[in-house]
Parts: sequence; structure tokens; C-alpha cells
Amino acid sequence: MNLGSYLLLTPGTGGALAAGTRVLKSSGSDLDFGINGYYHLELFGQSLWLTNTHVALIIIVTVITVLAVVANRILRKADPYKRPGAALNVIEYIVELFDSLTRTTMGEKHGGAFSNYIGTLFIFILMSNISGLFGLRAPTADYGITLGLALITFFLIHYNGFKYQKMRHITDLFHPLPLTPINIIGELATPISMSLRLFGNMLSGTIIMAIIYGLLPKFLLWFWPGALHIYFDLFSGAIQTYVFCLLTMVFISNNFDD
Amino acid sequence: MEIFNDAFIAGCSALGAGIAMIAGMGPGIGQGYAAGQGAAAVGRNPGARGTIMSTMILGQAVAETTGLYSLVIAILLLFVNPLI
Repeated sequence: MNLGSYLLLTPGTGGALAAGTRVLKSSGSDLDFGINGYYHLELFGQSLWLTNTHVALIIIVTVITVLAVVANRILRKADPYKRPGAALNVIEYIVELFDSLTRTTMGEKHGGAFSNYIGTLFIFILMSNISGLFGLRAPTADYGITLGLALITFFLIHYNGFKYQKMRHITDLFHPLPLTPINIIGELATPISMSLRLFGNMLSGTIIMAIIYGLLPKFLLWFWPGALHIYFDLFSGAIQTYVFCLLTMVFISNNFDD
Repeated sequence: MEIFNDAFIAGCSALGAGIAMIAGMGPGIGQGYAAGQGAAAVGRNPGARGTIMSTMILGQAVAETTGLYSLVIAILLLFVNPLI
């Protein structure tokens, strides 16, 4: 009666939430919000699964790549002596948005160098969060994805810390000497809290949507979950994307010397 | 007959998940207070609306973390059943 050990840790073969317990079954659909494994692989004694997170990731990365190639084509074919078309305007708007976002948050001097990374992060997390609208399970509701993103941020924070502050980045940890353990724990807590924030928000949205889908009778499913999709996928997803990028920028720019 | 069987532990895990979510009160109070102060700040200085907004969202996101920790603990207790 393990209600869903495949939710977080070990992917199973999918299917119903619990065998035998039909608590929330009124529209005929089984509750399914876990990470389901599709293909099993034994490699070097490790048990690997190809889960629906990987499938959603592959789809999202393919879509982003195609959009990037199309945008590149449009930019190359643009004629500077003519009026820009609609697509060119959209691309310029997005690029200027990230430029101004990074410059206002991280300062004029260093901000522009980070607009590429922040833009990539923003588009990837936003596409992942709103992929619940298209029937995928949001990849950011998998702790492996968010922990990876937060570890990239952690690496960037300390790379820039050593780059701009040299050894002061280490000695600042011992600055009030009795508070050294708290400083170290505070540094280590950054990636954990960032990853758990994104993961918790997306997972709660996924679970609530699955419960709503399983709970309601069939005729209500035509219109009522749409409003909740707008809140949990679009609004919450966009807010959390913005928060993740903003926290990344703030933590990195704390290390700049001026 | 054993008292502390799996069903007992599962029921107590569900109770613990519910008790863990009491922590949701704290972020609610904190985010409401931050939003109120943000509204007051916009009222005093409408020109700085963008800066106030991003600062407010940043503070609310940090305040939300404790509630999400309790949410993760509740989800672990409910669906992963670490005690069984």
C-alpha cells in the first residue's frame, strides 16, 4: 500500500495512484501525477529509467531549438533599410527585455554580460512551467531538474565571487568569527532553497490539478479546470520563473566589487 | 494483534502532514504584510512602482520558502511514506 513511491524517488510503471483504494474516483480517470517510467535500462549496475520528465524535456528543448533557428533565420534575412516585420519586432522586444532586466538588476557595468544566460534560463523555465497546459507533466515538478538549475546558479555565484573579490570571498565567511557556521550554512542553503521553491510550487500545482481532474464529474471538466490552469500553470509558473531569475541575478550581483 | 501496524503509521503520517501545513500561516501573514507595505509605498511614491514591485515580489518569494518546506514535508509524508 505504498501510495506513490514513484512520485519522487523510484519511478514505477505508471497506472493508478493506489491499487485497491478508490477514494477520489468519480470521473472515471485514475489520478496520475507521478513520475512514470517508460523504459528501463541497466547500466553499470545502476537502474535507469526513461521517465515522462525526459520526454517532456526533449519536447521542450526541441521546440526551443526550432524557435531559435527560426529567429536566427529572420534576423539574418532582415533588411535594415526596410520597415521591420512583426516577427522581427517580437524578437527585438524579447532581447531588449532581457537586456534591460539584467542591466537594471545587476548594474550597468556587468549586467549586459549575463543577459544571455538569464534569457536562456527564463525561456526554459517558462516553457517548462506552462507545458502543463499542453498535457505534459511539467519537468520543473521533478526535483532533478530544479536542483540542476540551482546548482548552475550556485556555481555562477561562487565563480563570480572568486573572480571579483579574490580571496576576500573566503575570508568574508569568517568575518564575525562566532558566526562562521551560520555563514557557511547560509551559503549552502541557497541552492537548496531556490530549487525547493520552484519544485514545491510546480509540484503543488501538478497535484492540485490532478486531484481536480480526478474529483470532478465529467460534465464539469469542460470548463472549470481551465480557470485553475490559468492560475497554476500560467500565473504561478510565470511568477516563479521571474522569481528564480531575479534571485539568480541578485545573488550573483552581490559579489560584484562596486 | 499488533497496534503499530502499517495502517496506523499511514494514518499518523496523514495527521502529521496536516499538522505540518500549519506552517502555511506564516508565509500568508508575511506575504500579506509585504503586499500591504508595497501598496502603501506605491501610494506614497507612484513613480517608483516598478522597483517597489520587484522588491516586493523578491521578498515575498523568500518569505514563501518556509511554507514550501512544510509543503514538501507534507507531500513526502503522504506519498512516499518514509516511516513504513
